Amino acid sequence: MAVGLAISPAPARGRWSANALPIGIFLVLAVIPLVALVTGGGYLVSLGARVMIFAVAAVALDLLLGYGGLISFGHAAFIGLGAYAVGILAAHGITDALVALPAALAASALYAFLTGIVCLRTKGVYFIMITLAFGQMAFFTATSLAPYGGDDGLTIAARSTFAGFALIKNERAFYYVVFACLAGSYLFCRALVASRFGRVLRGAKENPVRMATIGFNVYRFQLAAYVIAGALAGLSGFLLANATEFVSPAYMSWQRSGELIVMVLLGGLGSLNGAIIGTAAYLLTEEWLAGFTENWKVIFGPVLVLVVLFARGGLIGVWTELVRRIGRG
Amino acid sequence: MVEPVLRLERLRKKFGALVVTDDVTIDVMPGELHAVIGPNGAGKTTLINQMSGLIAPDSGAIRFAGRDITAAPMYARAALGLARSFQITSILPRFSALENVALAVQARSGSSFRCFGRAADEAALNGPAMAALADVGLRERAQVPAGELSHGERRALELAVALAMEPKILLLDEPMAGTGHEESARLVGVLQRLKGRFPVVLVEHDMAAVFALADRISVLIYGRILASGAPAEVRADPRVVAAYLGDEME
Repeated sequence: MAVGLAISPAPARGRWSANALPIGIFLVLAVIPLVALVTGGGYLVSLGARVMIFAVAAVALDLLLGYGGLISFGHAAFIGLGAYAVGILAAHGITDALVALPAALAASALYAFLTGIVCLRTKGVYFIMITLAFGQMAFFTATSLAPYGGDDGLTIAARSTFAGFALIKNERAFYYVVFACLAGSYLFCRALVASRFGRVLRGAKENPVRMATIGFNVYRFQLAAYVIAGALAGLSGFLLANATEFVSPAYMSWQRSGELIVMVLLGGLGSLNGAIIGTAAYLLTEEWLAGFTENWKVIFGPVLVLVVLFARGGLIGVWTELVRRIGRG
Repeated sequence: MVEPVLRLERLRKKFGALVVTDDVTIDVMPGELHAVIGPNGAGKTTLINQMSGLIAPDSGAIRFAGRDITAAPMYARAALGLARSFQITSILPRFSALENVALAVQARSGSSFRCFGRAADEAALNGPAMAALADVGLRERAQVPAGELSHGERRALELAVALAMEPKILLLDEPMAGTGHEESARLVGVLQRLKGRFPVVLVEHDMAAVFALADRISVLIYGRILASGAPAEVRADPRVVAAYLGDEME
């Protein structure tokens, strides 16, 4: 029927090229431990794990920033809550992930829900400021937790066990657990943004009044997205605590929230592939510059400004432009 | 006696010292096309905004399908079947025309918290959306991003979105605004075909369109209803001619 023809999905070739990039990204991430095995650099594995841990949080943040148009400036708080759940439980002798992981997810999701109820009643700059305020509230609460290290943070004796097994004690095993978490988060968010739910979220970003006139209570959808993004950041916090075997209030600082926004912007707003690439680019550049000068921020700052000014759409925007030009020949 | 579908009772709204809606009572009967006309600044859009819930009246009541909806938020009114279009086109520019309409179908179908499955491929949403697009003559343009449609096409798209909501009443705020002669004639044709499916409140400056379409006309001047009645009566009313139509009809 003509209707069926007219609404047939994008041609197969478009689908394939849309998947080439994520397949490439995850292939590279999958072989890093093998490369490290050959070159003998354990450092590469822990750096790769760190990139993927922050990529989980960045993908979650992109859900709000890129797809929901909600500029959340308190995302680090959710990471910190996830990490503190691991640290506090460990301080009481509960080290199994079967308890710690649900606790981390629940703590950050609950904080997202309670603060989201208030934050999402505001718009624009007010939303940015109030998410920042709630982030700082979590930060100062953590610094005043004297039994759990206060300012100094809290050392965790050992990584979480899984039902009693020290599954992630080995660096490489931990790396692949993080890899699976990132792949899972990525696929989940990708399904989410294309779903009915995601379409309402994207529509509300473009024109909230229009969405209300056709019958959507936009607030409820944004709150759900805020909780999902918070819980995913909590997952990232769970992994971060295990990677460093240490939790600190610094995980929740507003600078960290800002860095996450920069990672998403650098990769390209509203692209989940971009969030991963942006995180990798940010952390690797930071690592590289810090290698030869103490004042690496003096160089890094202007570079970021230039990227945001001249590469609209971030690195992913540059990539699609390149693919388009090469495709044209 | 037949009950009105939508009833505004002694509605009042002030912006500072300026009274923009002054004791307005309007009944919209089943199936009728009720036009609201008046000079610029008469408060027509403000009136539609109160009907759809974008702004709240200071006093008075709005009854729709037997319920008091004076305090109901916009999305709740939409769920009851009150659809509107905007004077300044209000679409989702980066969504395709089809997706703009499919979202309205989705709003009616409930279950928008579904997190899996590609919404863009759902036949249950795309089918009715295509039908609505066909109703306004946009079927061939379904896959075009709404932001790239011509002005007249966007006006038609607004109408298609409203249609996809399966409205029990349709509020149209200057649907012909800014369209060329040919396009507005086409829109009049579309509205002519839709007439009778559901009652329509039409705010419009194009008097040719209003007199071609309306069953009843209310004339609004400085926020007050000056006259209300069948087109022929209104056209002949000396007060209306003096205050408004005199200039418009020349």
